[in-house]
Amino acid sequence: MIALRRYGLTVIAVFSTVIIFIVPFLFIVLTAIKDRTEAARLDFSWPTNFPVWENFWTVISTRNFMLVTAYINSTLITVGAVTLLVILAAMVGYVRQRRKGWWNGLVDFLVLAGLMMPPAVVPTIWLLQEIGLFATLHGMVFIQVAYNLSFCIILYRAFIATIPRELDEAAIIDGARPLDVFFRVILPLLKPVTVTVIVVQSVTIFNDFVNPLYYLPGNQNVTVQLTLYNFQSQFSTAYNLLFMNILLVTIPPLIVFLFYNRQIVAGMTAGAVKG
Amino acid sequence: MMAMSSSATASNAPLTKRQRTSPYPTWFFLPAAIIYGVLFLFPTFSSIYFSLTRWTLFDSTFIGLDNFAQFFREPFLIQGVINTIIFALVTCTLKVVFGLGLAVLLTSDIRMRALLRSIVFFPVLVSAVGVGIAFTAMMHPTRGIINIALDLVGISGPGWLTNPALAIYSVALVEVWRGVGLATVIFIAGIMSIPQDYYEAARIDGASAWERFCYITLPLSRPATVTVIILSFIHGLRNFELVWAMTRGGPGFASDVLASVIYKQYQAGFYGLSTAGNVVLFVLIALMAIPLYIYLNRREGHQ
Repeated sequence: MIALRRYGLTVIAVFSTVIIFIVPFLFIVLTAIKDRTEAARLDFSWPTNFPVWENFWTVISTRNFMLVTAYINSTLITVGAVTLLVILAAMVGYVRQRRKGWWNGLVDFLVLAGLMMPPAVVPTIWLLQEIGLFATLHGMVFIQVAYNLSFCIILYRAFIATIPRELDEAAIIDGARPLDVFFRVILPLLKPVTVTVIVVQSVTIFNDFVNPLYYLPGNQNVTVQLTLYNFQSQFSTAYNLLFMNILLVTIPPLIVFLFYNRQIVAGMTAGAVKG
Repeated sequence: MMAMSSSATASNAPLTKRQRTSPYPTWFFLPAAIIYGVLFLFPTFSSIYFSLTRWTLFDSTFIGLDNFAQFFREPFLIQGVINTIIFALVTCTLKVVFGLGLAVLLTSDIRMRALLRSIVFFPVLVSAVGVGIAFTAMMHPTRGIINIALDLVGISGPGWLTNPALAIYSVALVEVWRGVGLATVIFIAGIMSIPQDYYEAARIDGASAWERFCYITLPLSRPATVTVIILSFIHGLRNFELVWAMTRGGPGFASDVLASVIYKQYQAGFYGLSTAGNVVLFVLIALMAIPLYIYLNRREGHQ
């Protein structure tokens, strides 16, 4: 009897979990494929006709193909920032893990500060304007590197601790210089954690809304998340288009998640627990 | 660790040429340090000065603590500080409760466990603005599907985002929906690291499921709990996207949080005041982060 009741409770728990987490996504998909009048009712119903292609095309072509520009910009920023993050964070994690020195406490403190402290936005804008990086894509790349370094350093440092020092020493005895040891011996061995860093950071940077909002104004610099913000006023009466936009913006992280589910979860928990 | 480093120095000894230049050069820190120092540390420190000025980005006049005085005098700015704390407390509590509950459910012996974990985790990866827009539509006072569903069971749903007393809590609920997946996977990692023997021993001694949860799962997943609390609290204090996407801080200033106040003051051109808001946010987070730093160092010392 008790077993039966517990079984019932589990079924209810699972069922409500599925409802709570699935329904919003179904709602987004359903609204995105409705026509304008049906979408405006905001109800949870099966559409009578499916203007999928029209909605898609309208969203894509609005404001001179702004979404396409946004995709290109977001991709450039993500690729640039993730590349720099992998190399720079691995270098810091490597030396921090291998060498003892007075600076270790300072490095740890700065890593922790970078993980928790929000950036000082207006002074950053002022600084970016002074050094000519304000409202530029490469400026955005450097900002993303600065803000996400801490997380990557933590992941790399933890992983490098599992690589035996004997490997570096063998290379050093063979006469390899520090740069060779790092780039030829260590970096290839870091592949598993590098995959995690790439996947987690790509999603984070691709999804970032606040930083482009502050540091990347201007229509030609728009990023994917900013299109949502821009279209929110433009499509305020056309929910189908707004939701089609949400759908298009959600697809890249979804694809990444389908393939790298394990790395993402592992990376995010490891980063969280260590930090 | 100690044994490893002493063996390292021993094997380094014959390398007289290499002794002066370490194979782990500190200049490896340099590129990262420059980017971090220039783009993060410098603005952070200069914000302390700029928060004490009237500032137009081109020149700044020192006005002492006037910005902070204004911050704690204007009702709508105080409201922002209070809302930030409410938001952090509510999201943090609910993420711990639901995260732990879901983690227990998803580590128990049920079918489709992996799929369920993915479903719960996926919202973490969806853009916050998208989630905000979707929930704004779902929380529509008359047509939204949440209130229609509540009508079906005879409850007349509130104006989730239109009622000033409720708006910040509604946004907090959406943040819980979005972020509970991360809390859940952290708790799952914590629960999985508890040795099964404890549960078996307790079962042999006749402990009920509830007792096993209270006396084994709860105390032994304490590190995970601490992580989730600190992480979601800081995340809650910093939250901007959801508030901005859902209410723009409205109705009125009823759901403004510090991060949205900072943005609004920046847009209005009150750069000094905006930076003062940023400094208030630093202080709030530091009050949270410094105890964490001490805690983490202590834990490392034990190992």
